[in-house]
Amino acid sequence: MSLRGAIAIVGAAESTRLGKVPDMSALQLHVDAALNALADAGLEPSDIDGVASAGELPNDVADYLGIVPEYLDATNVGGCSYMLHVRHAMAAIASGLCSTVLVTHGESGRSRVGMRPWDPAPQSMMAQFEVPYGPLGAPSLFPIGVRRYMAEYGMSEEQFAMVPVVQREWASRNPRAKLRQAITVDDVLASPVIADPVHLSHCCLVTDGGGALVLTSADRARKLDAAAPPVYVLGAGESSESSVVSGLSSLTSSRAIERGGRAALAQAEVAHADVDHLMIYDAFAHVPLYGLEDLGFVGRGEAAAFVADRNTAPDGALPLNTNGGGLAYTHTGMYGMFAIQESVRQVRGSAPAQVEGVDVSVAVGVGGMFMTSGTLVLGSEATLG
Amino acid sequence: MKPVASPTPDTQEWFDRIDVGELTVAHCQNCALRFLYPRMCCPGCGSRAVGLIPVSGRGSVASWVVNHRGPGVFAEEAPYVIALVRLEEGPMLMSNILVEDPNAVSAGLPVRAEFEQRGERRVVQFVPEVGTV
Ligand SMILES: [Zn+2]
Repeated sequence: MSLRGAIAIVGAAESTRLGKVPDMSALQLHVDAALNALADAGLEPSDIDGVASAGELPNDVADYLGIVPEYLDATNVGGCSYMLHVRHAMAAIASGLCSTVLVTHGESGRSRVGMRPWDPAPQSMMAQFEVPYGPLGAPSLFPIGVRRYMAEYGMSEEQFAMVPVVQREWASRNPRAKLRQAITVDDVLASPVIADPVHLSHCCLVTDGGGALVLTSADRARKLDAAAPPVYVLGAGESSESSVVSGLSSLTSSRAIERGGRAALAQAEVAHADVDHLMIYDAFAHVPLYGLEDLGFVGRGEAAAFVADRNTAPDGALPLNTNGGGLAYTHTGMYGMFAIQESVRQVRGSAPAQVEGVDVSVAVGVGGMFMTSGTLVLGSEATLG
Repeated sequence: MKPVASPTPDTQEWFDRIDVGELTVAHCQNCALRFLYPRMCCPGCGSRAVGLIPVSGRGSVASWVVNHRGPGVFAEEAPYVIALVRLEEGPMLMSNILVEDPNAVSAGLPVRAEFEQRGERRVVQFVPEVGTV
């Protein structure tokens, strides 16, 4: 049985404020976004019978909202966890385990209110085999393959700098984006070096914020009095690989993105040419390049030129990271929720930097340093025909 | 002091052998796969018949970053190189490349293992092969 289009997103919203929210804990940000998403769906907490979250536990989110759920999903595999929550909810709702699932994210990434410090557990393989060499966390470990990519495919520093340049163009069209000033390749290369070849402008923001989704069956979705038309989940996929970057099967691609992403596209029965809009989790500027290749939108080694030639820019053939991305819009730590939110807005036709006629949007998430990935293919009513 | 690993039972022997100046990789007696990190079973075939075998300590730089900022005591040494080293025998591991000029590091640079004393323990490190930089 195909689950293509079996469930729909009927509520989608971010926290009321993004950026610097020092007067809210991480849990409050989950709840703030949840209340906004419920209002968007025209539902009350009592209508929810399933809760999924990462960062905070779903039972804590449920209790805060007075929900007594019959379905809990505490999957936490990093920033793409929310893509996995949607996939799991697809199976749960379609099989009748529950009817309406609330997925929440909230993180006090910048103000660190009610947050544990980032520190890999001492027994983890990362702490044993990587921390002794002085990585600065993700900024050292995530982009460690970029030099290899440059050596194999000839990507120049200037091409690599075009990723943040193009995304800033999208951000400049989005009033909620944190960084809206246009930048040039020279600006990127003049920004402080963090972990060469990565400059500050290749790195995501660190912000406070939240986001939430309400999911239900396609049948129920059509009967609700929601603010916006349902956005259907056409396909979803997930995968994982090495616990340490030194164990990744490739330093120039992500097996997790490839495996999960291609499964999602296959389930959705969409060809690359059918995809109108794309979000690829950009914790660092190389991730969208790897993702474009892993999903097969371009061939191996072609992504940097594809971006530098403005294919992903406003008016380009494949609009990418149209909220400005983690580099310029917001990045709380587990950014995947915001990639989904922008895909939903684009399919609904309500994005600040709206692309003309989006019926199919793909949102790709990653977790850790390419250790996990989840991909969603979302579609409008027209895609169900 | 810079951090050292707190080994778990499945990695203890690998770190103990580093302490006596011996670099090893895990080896499967069933399918002959060599791998890191060391673990109680083979990631290729699931066999529990795994053990450590000594390696040459020679390898090459697969990829790297030059940290211009570092956590804690590492900050004083910036810029410094964090690399993934592909061992001659196959497996890859993380290391610093101890080199005067970080710009001398390149993809494929031949390197060999050294052992850095850190308090009670040793940490495996890599330096360029003589005459390569
Ligand atoms: Zn084996």
